[in-house]
Amino acid sequence: MKIISGQEVRHIAKLAELDFSEEELSKITSQLDDILEHVAIITRADTSGAEPTSHTLKISNVFREDKVRQSLAKEDALKNAPERCGDGFLVPKID
Amino acid sequence: MRLNFLPAYELKNMLQKREISSEDIASQCLKATERLQGKLNAYIYFDKEHMLSQARAADAYLKEICGSFNKKDGKYFDFTGIPVAVKDNICTKDIKTTCASKILSDYVPVYDATVIQRLKSQKYVLSGKLNMDEFAMGSSNENSAFGPVKNPWDTERVPGGSSGGPAAAVAAGLVPCSLGSDTGGSIRQPASLCGVVGLKPTYGLVSRYGLVAFASSLDQIGPITRNVTDSANLLSAICGWDEYDSTSINGGLHDYCQFLYDNIKGLKIGVPQELMSGGVDAAIKESVNGVLKLAESMGAVVEMTSLPSFEYALSVYYIIAPSEASSNLSRFDGVRYGYRNRDATSLRSMYRSTRAEGFGPEVKRRIMIGTYCLSSGYYDAYYEKAQRVRTLIINDFKKAFGKYDVLISPSSPTTAFKIGEKSDDPLSMYMSDICTIPVNLAGLPAISIPSGLSENNLPIGVQIIADTLREDLIFKTAYSLEKAINFNKLPVHLYEQ
Amino acid sequence: MSSEKNNLKNSSYTDSSYETIIGLETHVELATNTKMFCGCALSFGAEPNSKTCPVCLGMPGTLPVINKRAVEFAVKIAIALHCKINSYSIFHRKNYFYPDMPKNYQISQYDYPLGSSGYLDVNMGDYTRRIGITRVHMEEDTGKLIHTGSSGRISESDSSIVDFNRAGTPLIEIVTEPDIKSPAEAKEYLVALRTLLLYLDVSDCSMEQGSLRCDANISIKKAGSQGMGVKTEIKNLNSFRFLQRGLEYEEQRQAALIENGEKVMQQTRHYDHITDSTKALRSKEEAHDYRYFPDPDLVPVFMDDDMVEGIKSSIPELPSAKIERYKSGFGLPEADSRFLASDKNTAAYFESCAALCKKDRLKSVSNWIIGDFTALLNKASISISSAKIKPSGLCSLIDMIESGKISIRSAKSVFEEMFNSGKEPQEIVKGKDMEQISDGSVLEKIIDDVINKNPSVVEQYKSGKEKAIGFLIGQVMAATKGKANPALVNEILIKRLKLNP
Ligand SMILES: [Mg+2]
Ligand SMILES: [Zn+2]
Repeated sequence: MKIISGQEVRHIAKLAELDFSEEELSKITSQLDDILEHVAIITRADTSGAEPTSHTLKISNVFREDKVRQSLAKEDALKNAPERCGDGFLVPKID
Repeated sequence: MRLNFLPAYELKNMLQKREISSEDIASQCLKATERLQGKLNAYIYFDKEHMLSQARAADAYLKEICGSFNKKDGKYFDFTGIPVAVKDNICTKDIKTTCASKILSDYVPVYDATVIQRLKSQKYVLSGKLNMDEFAMGSSNENSAFGPVKNPWDTERVPGGSSGGPAAAVAAGLVPCSLGSDTGGSIRQPASLCGVVGLKPTYGLVSRYGLVAFASSLDQIGPITRNVTDSANLLSAICGWDEYDSTSINGGLHDYCQFLYDNIKGLKIGVPQELMSGGVDAAIKESVNGVLKLAESMGAVVEMTSLPSFEYALSVYYIIAPSEASSNLSRFDGVRYGYRNRDATSLRSMYRSTRAEGFGPEVKRRIMIGTYCLSSGYYDAYYEKAQRVRTLIINDFKKAFGKYDVLISPSSPTTAFKIGEKSDDPLSMYMSDICTIPVNLAGLPAISIPSGLSENNLPIGVQIIADTLREDLIFKTAYSLEKAINFNKLPVHLYEQ
Repeated sequence: MSSEKNNLKNSSYTDSSYETIIGLETHVELATNTKMFCGCALSFGAEPNSKTCPVCLGMPGTLPVINKRAVEFAVKIAIALHCKINSYSIFHRKNYFYPDMPKNYQISQYDYPLGSSGYLDVNMGDYTRRIGITRVHMEEDTGKLIHTGSSGRISESDSSIVDFNRAGTPLIEIVTEPDIKSPAEAKEYLVALRTLLLYLDVSDCSMEQGSLRCDANISIKKAGSQGMGVKTEIKNLNSFRFLQRGLEYEEQRQAALIENGEKVMQQTRHYDHITDSTKALRSKEEAHDYRYFPDPDLVPVFMDDDMVEGIKSSIPELPSAKIERYKSGFGLPEADSRFLASDKNTAAYFESCAALCKKDRLKSVSNWIIGDFTALLNKASISISSAKIKPSGLCSLIDMIESGKISIRSAKSVFEEMFNSGKEPQEIVKGKDMEQISDGSVLEKIIDDVINKNPSVVEQYKSGKEKAIGFLIGQVMAATKGKANPALVNEILIKRLKLNP
């Protein structure tokens, strides 16, 4: 039984902004299918009454005072830029 | 005397007595590294001159405070002048931090991770940045853009992962201790496969600021060392609240040395039967049973127990971790830093080609799984369901810690496997972490210490798990068992060839 | 575009033939010292990328920490909008790729927002519309894109430049229920919301600089018909006028489609204020899938009653309460009260005057503020808080009028000079010889002179043409250059005319 179709994998790849060749696509589709089939066992777990855990920590209300900290020197901010234009990061035509 | 094989705490004593210098230690570590880097590929970056200059600066400092104890706490810092190697997903200012990925192959952070700042304040010596699975995704260190790391005990085999570099470097005597990161076992499993000590602290005990995120609710930095004492010292040096990490715990203990005593009389040990089942090699079970016998002989009470929801742990992990990762890794897009495909003429094609070329196959696989699990129509069935099952696992642990002080299990279901053996079968690779994953899902502390060697001379590790913030019990148990096991073996044959 | 526009001329949209349903989404940039999740200072117009740090650049390994004041501001806003403050709220990640977003996800709130289920009453002159507030939530702003090429448009540029100074600025998103029934109501809602936010002192609310931004959802349907029309989302409605104009255009456009038997498409449209029309954004094939999930880098915010009460106590008296107080306490008419309360600074000015004046002079204070004062402020385009006339000066001027020291006519020019120079009215009056002549003996002489010079007018008056007295008063005023006390002149004139044989 297929859990995920090639078309869905294509859609997911688009959301994740990843290019795959046709060959890679068919390979990853079958790998994802295997993995999803395996993880599907969690549907068997009885979670009635179990709240979702997104944090193992029982802490809350962690705040920062509204005090200004030194920003980076502009050159440090741009230091790793693959391409820059003046003091900005350059990106190709937005489509 | 081979300084590079001595424990950090002994080196500290010798430095204090001025029997050796930090430069002596650094030179011997460098010599070993230069000799074995080709064989092991443990480091992604090391710089001889940089290391020596840090050591000289530490020596100058030691000379300055000679005789007079450090004013602040009446003792020398534990890591002044001591080399520490750091996994390459921990940011080091002005020193490349690649996460073993092509996408960050030239990335130079402009800030230090909090753990690095803390070690710097002790005037430690950074020996270099260690190889790993790309973005900490893997259990064999084969997923590195800089090539696989080899296991020092058998260079045909993997060191485990994702902290394969940190485990191999420490095991091979390139450095006395290192920092790794553990999301599903990435410290404990390689420590086990390399015969060293690896600690995953309670979630929130060590700041994650500056650790390049894989799965934010699971990641934790921890020490990999050759003995339990160094582990306690290194944890003491890096732990504690950090205003830059909202998930760091305010409070907690800061000197774990005090728990290093040899007495586990009356200690209640539970053994989860789910982690001693069919999936675990017989030799490993045997070794763990041997450790349990030792514990009993020392007055501990050992009992088999069951944590039934462990059955789901691997699945829960392989939903939650990739989901968080898919979001965490979306910042690698070729705009602000990192690799970029320069031929692309539109933004979307730049994104897609940059990420397709910059990430390796395992990283892409996990991004895909995670994106799918979070996507509309699937969120409830995968991500949210996994979070609910995560609660069941936490509850099982809670129940167990109502009865037992610690839980003991194997650290890994197998000893080191051959390079290439599982690299084309993601699912079987994922199984490598079945013993360690439940601990991360519950945010608990756990340590792996060596329990012996297999028939073919490969290390076996035993895992000790405790309740939240009970690192005291971990250290007490690990220290006692370490003494009793007296593992004491090093892959010195590496140097003989 | 033009053909679409021509179509509209023939459209049969009228207020009675269709019903309009509008919902608004407003983004407010908070005026905190620092960003939402890092310590960078907020700045407008700083050098590109000079107010950034590893956190707001989304550098690997960095983590967000919540700005406490931003949360307090958000609670203030939610309380002022009568929202329920949720005791438990969390942050989610909204995932999508765009170059102005450093992490390619926005930290926002999703199913556990800070505030929900509130309302804002909007006065429409002859009726009041209560507009439901669905939610008030916190999030972070994006950076700014500068598109290369002379037009500055995306479509005509071949690259863009990203400046992350704005990235991470604390934003509050306020979403209304679809309770708004006309573009005019939409505009008044935004005016009222802005007034409220300025009272709360949580944002500079500059629509020009983008600290207050508005998007709208709008659908129409035939009056009385069941169900809902198909809605479009209109972006870039970033001034009061554009909001109303854009929605009016869209009403017409949708009506024209329906009249022509075509379907309204559910789409996002961009309002262009130059052509005064909306244009569909190139519809991308991928429907957005934001993959919201709780941000594991942040912990929940629990708001207990004490915290909410503490913040509540810091909220000043709001416009609706002020209007009531001006009406019942000061006896001002509704319209005056609304005007004075519509601006925080105006209200503060008025209240300073009220503290200095007798109660029976407050209407006069109000008249001056609404009339001459506002006109001069508008002409100079300055705020009342920076005007040179102090409340004490305005009160003294009114005193001088009431006690007959100066005439209304000269008061107007005195006021203008006070506005320009900041001098006290007494000083101006003295220097300019403007004091009203209220000395009877002085006036009597002038009046007698006028009577003697105009025997025919006096005759007319005596023969019963009482209106003729107006001419004589005018002559007296002219002779005194307007300084004579008109009431006194009237009184003396009548007396003299009666005496005169
Ligand atoms: Mg928003
Ligand atoms: Zn910042």
